[in-house]
Amino acid sequence: MKLWIEKQRYLIDFTLASLARRKARNIGLLLVYTLLVFMLASVTLYTHALRQEAARVLVASPEVVVQRMVAGRHDLIPPGYMEKIGRIRGVQTRTARLWGYYYDAVTKANYTFMVPAEDAPAKGEIVVGPALERSRGLAANNGISFRSYSGKLHTFIVAAVLPQATELVSADLVLMSEESFRAFFDYPVGHYTDIALTVANPQEVKNVALKLSAALPDARPILRDEVLRTYAAIFDWREGIVLALFSAAILAFGILAWEKASGLSAEEKREIGILKAIGWETGDVIKMKFWEGMLISLTAFLVGFVAAYVHVFHFAASMFEPVLKGWAVLYPHFQLTPHIDGVQVATLFFFTVFPYAAAVLVPIWKAAITDPDSVMRG
Amino acid sequence: MLFQPAIIALLLASTLCVLALVGSAPFAVDVIRRWDIRSGSERQLQLERRTYLFSTLLTLVLVLQLAAVLLFVFNAEKMSGMFVGAMCAVGTLNVNAFGFPALNGKIAVFFLAAMWLAINHVDSRARDYPLVRIKYGLLLALAPLLAGSAWAELQYFLDLKADVITSCCGSLFSEGSPTIAAEASALPPIPAMWLFYGSLGAAVVLAAVHGLGGGRQRWSGYLLALASGVAFVATIAGILAFVSLYIYEHPHHHCPFCILKPEYNYQGYWLYVPLFGATAAGLAAGAVQPFARIASLREVIPEFSRRMAAIAANGFFLTAAIASFMIWQSRLILLE
Amino acid sequence: MIELSGIRKAFNQGRDNEYWALDGIDLRIAANQVTALRGPSGSGKTTLLTIVGCLSRPTEGRVRLKGGDISGLPERFLTEIRRQRFGFIFQQFNLIKGLTALDNIILPGYPTGRPRHELLARAEELLVGLKLGHRRDAKVEWLSGGEQQRVAICRALINDPELVIADEPTANLDSHLAGEFMGILESLAGQGRTILLTSHDPLVVESNVVQNVVDMRDGKLIQHR
Repeated sequence: MKLWIEKQRYLIDFTLASLARRKARNIGLLLVYTLLVFMLASVTLYTHALRQEAARVLVASPEVVVQRMVAGRHDLIPPGYMEKIGRIRGVQTRTARLWGYYYDAVTKANYTFMVPAEDAPAKGEIVVGPALERSRGLAANNGISFRSYSGKLHTFIVAAVLPQATELVSADLVLMSEESFRAFFDYPVGHYTDIALTVANPQEVKNVALKLSAALPDARPILRDEVLRTYAAIFDWREGIVLALFSAAILAFGILAWEKASGLSAEEKREIGILKAIGWETGDVIKMKFWEGMLISLTAFLVGFVAAYVHVFHFAASMFEPVLKGWAVLYPHFQLTPHIDGVQVATLFFFTVFPYAAAVLVPIWKAAITDPDSVMRG
Repeated sequence: MLFQPAIIALLLASTLCVLALVGSAPFAVDVIRRWDIRSGSERQLQLERRTYLFSTLLTLVLVLQLAAVLLFVFNAEKMSGMFVGAMCAVGTLNVNAFGFPALNGKIAVFFLAAMWLAINHVDSRARDYPLVRIKYGLLLALAPLLAGSAWAELQYFLDLKADVITSCCGSLFSEGSPTIAAEASALPPIPAMWLFYGSLGAAVVLAAVHGLGGGRQRWSGYLLALASGVAFVATIAGILAFVSLYIYEHPHHHCPFCILKPEYNYQGYWLYVPLFGATAAGLAAGAVQPFARIASLREVIPEFSRRMAAIAANGFFLTAAIASFMIWQSRLILLE
Repeated sequence: MIELSGIRKAFNQGRDNEYWALDGIDLRIAANQVTALRGPSGSGKTTLLTIVGCLSRPTEGRVRLKGGDISGLPERFLTEIRRQRFGFIFQQFNLIKGLTALDNIILPGYPTGRPRHELLARAEELLVGLKLGHRRDAKVEWLSGGEQQRVAICRALINDPELVIADEPTANLDSHLAGEFMGILESLAGQGRTILLTSHDPLVVESNVVQNVVDMRDGKLIQHR
């Protein structure tokens, strides 16, 4: 065992020296390799952070949201609807909610106007999300005007700015009082957007939804768990599609690695011939080359991954944002919370290191079986 | 549901393995047909050099299979959120009939590759390479198994349909869809404990007998391989039946996978690493026994077999000791 | 020490350009003596050297090393024998550029897994023995021809071989350096090592150090002194 370790140390030593001697030859491959890891890692880190963000948002949202359907379309909750739901066992609270979207022509972005269940701002005051704070240059106590869909201009005073914690949702949020909301959107009195139900026991959620559908056939209950599942699936799917698109790049990289590994320079061929002549075994040469591949792979993986991390979490993945974020094209800007996941790193490893290993295997073997007497035949 | 990153990665790995083996099959056939160790011809030299390629390839397959087993389980764990009723990896694997066969196939290929590499190892220590034909015959036999395991995996993934909101309306999946067995079925704890400690003990004793006998008794080598196989199955059954309960400190959470999660401090690795290592070593010791009488292997095989027995004995002992330690540490009281 | 009987070696076997570099060689190489193979280029002396040195296998015939038949051995075992018993000095020296003299010398020791400090101590000893101690950390491409050859000799001796094989050792040296080389050869022979070399340099084959000269032509032995 000790002998074995000593041998590997020698091989690694030799490999390091030989890599250092052939910097120019290896640097190209290393660059491409690093770039590949960087791109793939950016995609996975980014989607994973989005997934996490969505999950964090949904943790705070109610277990069941009830919408009313008219002709298959989402409609307002009419007066008296809440009462029809009546008491369902397991439901802790029922809240009718008011919210809507507003397109701001100035910043060309969509904002979510909402009436919070508690601590609503006073009439004529609003609380804004961080994105709005940035794009419109707002601060507490500033005034701001929005032109409503009916054409009238409404002016609000900014009472506060929301904290950054979960930016993905709160970024574009504008909170206001019920009175202001109804006035701004000309929202009919007694009508609501939807109803939120909180259910304490997760096992009960399903039953609550079933009872709801029975009591109100025109209602559409949306369960939080289902939304979570759907999000996860959609993000994974997107990530998968992007990775599949990258497979062409992986293939190209494999071919490059193959070619680099098989196109040994005359110098390198001579070296392997010398090593074999002075007593290195074919297996030793294969191991030496294996260590070379490992060193290149690990360097590329590490550098690429760290670069991707910086790219995603410090530069907000500026390169892939438009493809992956999807719905958020209209968002001015938001920051992701750093997160690394083991499965993702492992997956990334499968996408980069194993194809590399497979691509260089045959060329390595071909190099290693150089005739030991080649150096004497000159 | 193929467009999931981890699934693509796993399929990529399987494809690589299958391609490597299938692609090398004609060369293996060539070696079987033309091998003549006494010949000094250039062709014989080429065939000999090819053997290096095969052993490197198989090593790659072995590593890939091991990594794939891990990723497969991790991914199942991660996807459990997408299936109603699936609480962890077990549930995800139960979503269709191919989940567990695919996993078992991977584990089987891993052990078979380990056994092949053991035979390859002893063969390459003998000056006349006496097992070349047998070795490449076995390699050809391994190829369909590998392909079968890859096929099961593909079927499993093709048949995975996440319970997600597909149309514009929220739906209730739980109604129509059959419920998934979220938990693996498990033995009652007491017989499982007997089985667990009994089989691990037997494996340790047999490995010790074989190893102390210098690896020379063939019967003990065969028995060691048998005991290793049994101990592997029994240990997994034991982990399911009681070890996992102690780790989770929950009397009904039978799951062999959750113990790999960070929530449980990755304790599973402490159990599985020695278990897989010991089982592979025990099986390897048995795999080389049929050839122990070949003249050029008379010295090589006992030596190799003795070393494998030592690894197996230590590994199985370690598995039992670690499991006992985890039980002792646990606050769960399962047996009065 | 080494017996060759009926050795034939073909290249490009089975193809149009097939040719037999060696055609029926029977030869005994005595232990503890210096033997030289002499002949024009293309006579097969280097090919014979590679077969004796376990660098390649004969197509036909037997090679016996101390009575044991090694002609049919797979490369893996030939390499092992080569590493333990033979040291090689090549015509072109064949040092690895970019590495220091010391690193070059210990290269054949890597596959043995001998501890590094042991290898280094042995290499140091050999370098000092050949008056090259001051050049140990110099990259080999900065060394003169004579120095390079001495490094190559050190490398050949690192695993303490019984038999030293030298292919045209003086071909790239001037007379002065060639004379020096013969001196080193004499001391190696004095240490009881068997030496086999090829050369057509009269300085070598006619020197007193060389006890046996074997003449070759067209892959056959023609004269045996």
